[in-house]
Amino acid sequence: MLSNEYIQKKLVDKFGEAVFQFSEPYGMLTFEADKENNLKVLTFLKEDPELMFTYLNDETVVHYPDAKGKELAVVYLLQNIYAGIRVRFKVYTDIQKPDVFTATSLFETANWLEREAYDFFGVNFVGHPNLIRIMNVEEMDYHPLRKEFPLEDQTRIDKDDDMFGR
Amino acid sequence: MNQKQKQNIQLPEGSLGKQTSTLNLGPTHPATHGVFQNILEMDGERIIDAVPTVGFIHRAFEKIAEHRAYYQITPLTDRLNYCSSPINNMGWHMTVEKLIGANLPKRVDYMRVIIMELARIADHLVCNSVIGVDTGAFSGFIYVFEFRELIYEIFEEVCGSRLTTNIGRIGGFERNFTDIVFQKLDHFLKTFPKAMEEFETLFNRNRIFMERTIGVGGIEAERALNYGFTGPNLRATGIDYDIRTAHPYSSYQDFDFSVPVGTTGDLYDRFLVRNAEIWESVSLIKQALQKMKDLDPSVFHADIPDFYLPEKEDVYTKMEALIYHFKIVMGETDIPVGEVYHSVEGGNGELGFYLISDGGRSPYRLHFRRPCFIYYQAYPEIIKGSMLSDAVITMSSLNLIAGELDA
Repeated sequence: MLSNEYIQKKLVDKFGEAVFQFSEPYGMLTFEADKENNLKVLTFLKEDPELMFTYLNDETVVHYPDAKGKELAVVYLLQNIYAGIRVRFKVYTDIQKPDVFTATSLFETANWLEREAYDFFGVNFVGHPNLIRIMNVEEMDYHPLRKEFPLEDQTRIDKDDDMFGR
Repeated sequence: MNQKQKQNIQLPEGSLGKQTSTLNLGPTHPATHGVFQNILEMDGERIIDAVPTVGFIHRAFEKIAEHRAYYQITPLTDRLNYCSSPINNMGWHMTVEKLIGANLPKRVDYMRVIIMELARIADHLVCNSVIGVDTGAFSGFIYVFEFRELIYEIFEEVCGSRLTTNIGRIGGFERNFTDIVFQKLDHFLKTFPKAMEEFETLFNRNRIFMERTIGVGGIEAERALNYGFTGPNLRATGIDYDIRTAHPYSSYQDFDFSVPVGTTGDLYDRFLVRNAEIWESVSLIKQALQKMKDLDPSVFHADIPDFYLPEKEDVYTKMEALIYHFKIVMGETDIPVGEVYHSVEGGNGELGFYLISDGGRSPYRLHFRRPCFIYYQAYPEIIKGSMLSDAVITMSSLNLIAGELDA
C-alpha cells in the first residue's frame, strides 16, 4: 500500500540528504530538493515501478520576497492516478539567477505551465523548447505576479485610492 | 510541438502547392467558441502545422485574489468556467473549509451535490448541442436549451443569479432551499429525460453525424495522460479517472453512480461520454433528493460563526452576532497558516485550487489548476494532418471555455 511514509522512505533511501524538509500539510506529502536535482527526483518519482507518479498535475511558482537567496519557489504537484496519491515537490531558486531545468522532457503538461511561470514570475527554464510569454504581450518587460508589482496600473491619474484603501 | 513556427514550409511531391499557406483562424471567429487564435499552415484544406495563441481574456484572477478577502474571491471563481460556475464556487468554498478544518452537515453536502450536478448537466448540454450546431444540425440545440433555461431558473431561486452564480457561502448556503426550488427540481426531473432521449435519437445513430465524428480528433490514452488531460476528454480515451471517485468530496462516496468511459478518444466517444454523464447526473440528483427527505429540513449551513455571516436580525439585536459580523467583514478572524490543495470534478476535469495562507485577510498565493489550459496544449498535435472543418469541430468537442483557459 502506497502511503506517505513509504514514499518518504523510498526517497530518502535513494537520495539521502538531497531531499529534505518533509512535511504533511493537510495530508499531502511535501518536500524540497536543490534545483540542480529537480529532474533526477522527478524522473525517479515517474519511473520507479512502485511509486508511479506519472501524472504532472500542476506546476506553479510562489514568490517569497523576504527569503533572500531563495525567493522563487517552483512547486510541482505530482499524482499517482492509479493509487490516488498526490505529492508536492518544491525547488527554490534565487531571483537574481532564476534558472531551473525544464520538465518538458518528462511531462508534456509542463510546456505551457512553465511558459506561464516565466511570463508571470521570470523563472528561466533551461532547455525549454519555446520559452516566450504566453498570456501577456511579448513587449512587456516586467513580471506581473511578483509581489513588488502593484495590482493596478500606476500611470492612471483619475482614481483616488486614499479614500478606498486597496 | 510548439517550436518556433516555420512559415511557408516546403511541401513534398504530390501536394497541391509548393509551399504551405498561412491562415489565421483569428480570435474573433464565429466557429471558435470563445477567443482563440490559431495560426495554421495549410496545404489546401489540410493542416500541416498549428500554433495557438492564448491570453485574449486574461483577467489576472491570481493577482486580484491576493488583495481580496476569502468571501470576495467567490465571484472571481464564477468566471473561470462560466458555463458551470456553481462547481467553481463550491470548489473554492471546499478549499477554504479544508484550510480551516470545518465539518459540514450531510444535508449541506447533498444540497451541494444537487447544485453541482445541475451545473454539470448545463455545461454538457451546451457542449454537445454546440457540436451539433458546428456539424450543421441546429434543432438539437433548440430542444435542449429549454432545459438549460429551467436549470437557470433553479439557480435564480437559490442565489439570485443565472450564469455567474456566486452561489453558496463558506460553510453552506446563504438561504435554505424553498418549496419553489423543490417544485422546479421535480418539474425538471419529470420533463428532462424525455427531451434528452429525443436529443440522443437525433445524433447517436445519425449516419451523417457518425461519419463526421468517428475517427476524428482522436488522441491515445498514453499521450493524453502525458498532456495532463482530465475529465470527459480523458475518459473518452478509456481511462476512468474521476475526482468524484478517486478523491471523494462533499459526500460523493454515499452515492451510487458509475463513470462512463469511451474507447478510442475521438470526437464521437467524447460526445457519447458527455451524454452518459448527463444521465448519471440526473440519477445523482434523484438520489440526493431522496436522501435529503430524512434529514432535518432547517439545516443549510455549518456552525462556524467565524466565517459564516450571522442572520441580519441577530446582527441588529445580539452582541455576539454584531461582533462576528464586524470581524468577518473587516478581516479580523484568525485564519490558519498553511498551504492546501483541493480539487473538484468540473465540467472539463480536475479543477484545482492551490491556496497558500499566511494568516492574513487575503490569500498569500492562490493558483487555479485550470483543466482547459492544460489540455489545450495538445490541440496542435490532435489536428495535425486533418481538414480545417475537422479542426473546428475538434475544438468545440474539447469543450474549451475561454474564461477557464486564461483566468
